[in-house]
Amino acid sequence: MTSVLFDTRGPRARRRHAIYSVVVVGGVAALLTYVFLRLLDAGQFTAAMWQMFSYEGVQRRILAGILDTVKAFLLGVAFSLVLGILFATTRLSVHRLVSVPATVLVEFFRAMPLLIMIFALYNTAWLRSSVTAIGGSLRDHLGGPGSWLAATFASPTLWALVIGIALYNGAAQAEILRAGALAVPRGQREAAVALGMRKGQLMRAVVIPQAVRSMLPSIMSQIVVTLKDTSLGFIITYEELLYAGKLLAQNTATPTGYPYIPVLLVVGPCYIGMCLLLSTAARRLASLNGRTATAPIRREKGLLRRR
Amino acid sequence: MRLRTTVTVTVALLVPTALVACGREGSPPGSVTALLSGDRQRLTYPVSHHARDTGSLSLARAAARGRIVIGVKSDHPFLGFEDPVTGQRVGFDVEIARMIAADLGYSAGRITWKTVPPQGRETAIAQGDVDFYVAAYTINDERKKQVSFAGPYYIAGQDLLVKKENRDINGPAGLKGKTVCSVTGSTPYQRIQEPRFGAKVISHDSYAQCVQDLIIGETDAVTSDDTILKGYAAQNGGRLRVIGRPFSTEPYGVGLAKNDKVLRSAIDDALEHHMANGDWRRAYEDTLGRSGTGPVPHPPRIQRY
Amino acid sequence: MHVLLDNTDLFLRGFVGTVTLTGLSALLALTVGTLLAVCRVSPVPPLRALGTAAVTVLCNTPLTLLFFAVTLGLPMLGLSRLSYFCLAVLTLGCYTSAFVCEALRSGVNTVETGQAEAARSLGMSFPQTVFLIVLPQAGRAVVPPVGSLLITLTKNSALAGGFSVYELFSTEKTLVENGYAILTVFAWISAAYLLLISCISGVFRLLEHRLSVVR
Repeated sequence: MTSVLFDTRGPRARRRHAIYSVVVVGGVAALLTYVFLRLLDAGQFTAAMWQMFSYEGVQRRILAGILDTVKAFLLGVAFSLVLGILFATTRLSVHRLVSVPATVLVEFFRAMPLLIMIFALYNTAWLRSSVTAIGGSLRDHLGGPGSWLAATFASPTLWALVIGIALYNGAAQAEILRAGALAVPRGQREAAVALGMRKGQLMRAVVIPQAVRSMLPSIMSQIVVTLKDTSLGFIITYEELLYAGKLLAQNTATPTGYPYIPVLLVVGPCYIGMCLLLSTAARRLASLNGRTATAPIRREKGLLRRR
Repeated sequence: MRLRTTVTVTVALLVPTALVACGREGSPPGSVTALLSGDRQRLTYPVSHHARDTGSLSLARAAARGRIVIGVKSDHPFLGFEDPVTGQRVGFDVEIARMIAADLGYSAGRITWKTVPPQGRETAIAQGDVDFYVAAYTINDERKKQVSFAGPYYIAGQDLLVKKENRDINGPAGLKGKTVCSVTGSTPYQRIQEPRFGAKVISHDSYAQCVQDLIIGETDAVTSDDTILKGYAAQNGGRLRVIGRPFSTEPYGVGLAKNDKVLRSAIDDALEHHMANGDWRRAYEDTLGRSGTGPVPHPPRIQRY
Repeated sequence: MHVLLDNTDLFLRGFVGTVTLTGLSALLALTVGTLLAVCRVSPVPPLRALGTAAVTVLCNTPLTLLFFAVTLGLPMLGLSRLSYFCLAVLTLGCYTSAFVCEALRSGVNTVETGQAEAARSLGMSFPQTVFLIVLPQAGRAVVPPVGSLLITLTKNSALAGGFSVYELFSTEKTLVENGYAILTVFAWISAAYLLLISCISGVFRLLEHRLSVVR
């Protein structure tokens, strides 16, 4: 295994690297053992700490937490992509009356901590009253499915979280799309104009599709960020996975404290798993896309190329 | 390749489902519900049937929907708690809320509980998200500008929670040079930072994390209202102790929409009624009384304004 | 306006808290991020694996969960005498370092292959090649993405407010607890963040301008 950054290894370098390898592997193993022993010592692996997970109610609660996380995530992604396209096109508009407010909005939402935005949204009166009102009318007019919809979606905490996520990530997606749109070769626009396309058509049919394509990796990593952002729902007690985990932990008192560490060891991998699933899907999508993309994917060409 | 992906995804979806199907029934040992079960029958309050005079927006709304919506907290054991496994509501505040609901004509089955985080309570009350709010809510003048209060139904005070075997700390005077934990931004947190206590203050998002720090020896004491601390002492059966010398006065009120005088006097009547007939005392004994801190306090005098 | 005037000391304390927290975490993130990036391109396989594993875990864990793990877990590992401020800096710094590492790695990719080849033909070792030739050039290319990472870091520092660290979000929580209307407090807090973030982006725009070279 070689790279442009270092020479092919001779016998001495090979020996030296073998020593480094042993040191690194040994160091990591020692650290992990130390962590394990300290946790064992603190009573984190006793039966009392772990037996809660064998109860059906607890398992259901964790599963419900995952579902609530996914629900907020899917809604958040959908709205953030719509907002992203909206913000990007308005910011690129030639009319200052449109582009200036869009720029101000995007810059504001990019500068606000999401935590504080969700907190403020939750305390916004119109948001609460409209969500409650919509839930009520769903229940009144649609019968059975309506009350299911209301029970699943008409919650002010869900919408405060979703709108917060959508505004913040929408602004971020807009910046990614805008960068992509600016990188579309001039010739493409000129050709579209020569064909007699109007501005809207040019955006819809020529610029945005190519921007999305070339920016797909960035868009996908922003979507992973969106998934992680759902965990900020704790500030307004939206009962997603992490919040459910905390509730479960503080429900069970044992002589060595609450089972926070066991809950972390269960919930952490759930998040990492979900994010990895998303990133893998993203890579698949990018490689599928690579076949037809106008901009070649540059990774294999630079210094990181493996020989 | 495609087959392998399909198989992986299917397995990933099926494993949790299969796991859920083979779990044990009931609540895990050490949980609040498990501590409550078996020893005592649940308290019940007879539902009043005589019609209320109208004139209260909140009561009219509750009558229209046939249910009363009560704002509570969900993470204070034996004070305002929701079992995350069974969904059962437990605690002194919860019992007080049930008493009031019964006198307003709503049986336990016609109560909708709503967990309201402390940062959202004024908005929730003012917006009519909840008909009234019973959750360790101290009456003060700044809050009276936004909501009205019935009660007080309990006089709490800031106190200290320590390990059972700790004999060094017997009150706020013993805190010099010790570490104390509280919840970020809360009133007890702001007060304990005053220089006269000389304590090193740390903070977390929830009291449970402070109690965790207390158990593993990261902090010497936890400070908050005695009610909250008694709940944690009761949950951690005999391992923790509340000092029992409150150093502030926190009259707990029932929060309701501003200037809804009809509802306020109805709640005041209900509180007075249940304080007089012994329900208040029984509710205390069944919840916070389990902490083994001192005798049962006397119910406070209702302040009508 | 009276919210700000009555509580100037709280706002100032929060502002200073956010600035110091962000500054120190940024220093840590840049250092650890560079080291991780070097690990990921190094000739020693376990170092590469370590770098990849660290980046994968840190990039795919919500910061909230990480904070939770650090505040609850580290005391059990015998690091209890570390102050919460240090823990917060550690958490924010490590989390951001994974993203700095990824940014640097793509920056490395923009450096001409000939540069590394020339360094090697001069007889430079791997550390010399990376630290003297490649990273300085990669650094120029990643000024804009690192700038936006630092802006994200500033915003993420609000999370530390829940854990014994006094910063702007703690100010907001305290004032709301004391009964001030939340939207007024929110307006002032957002003004403070906007000020801070426009300073950072201004500095980075300047840096970008000064450091850019025609290739």
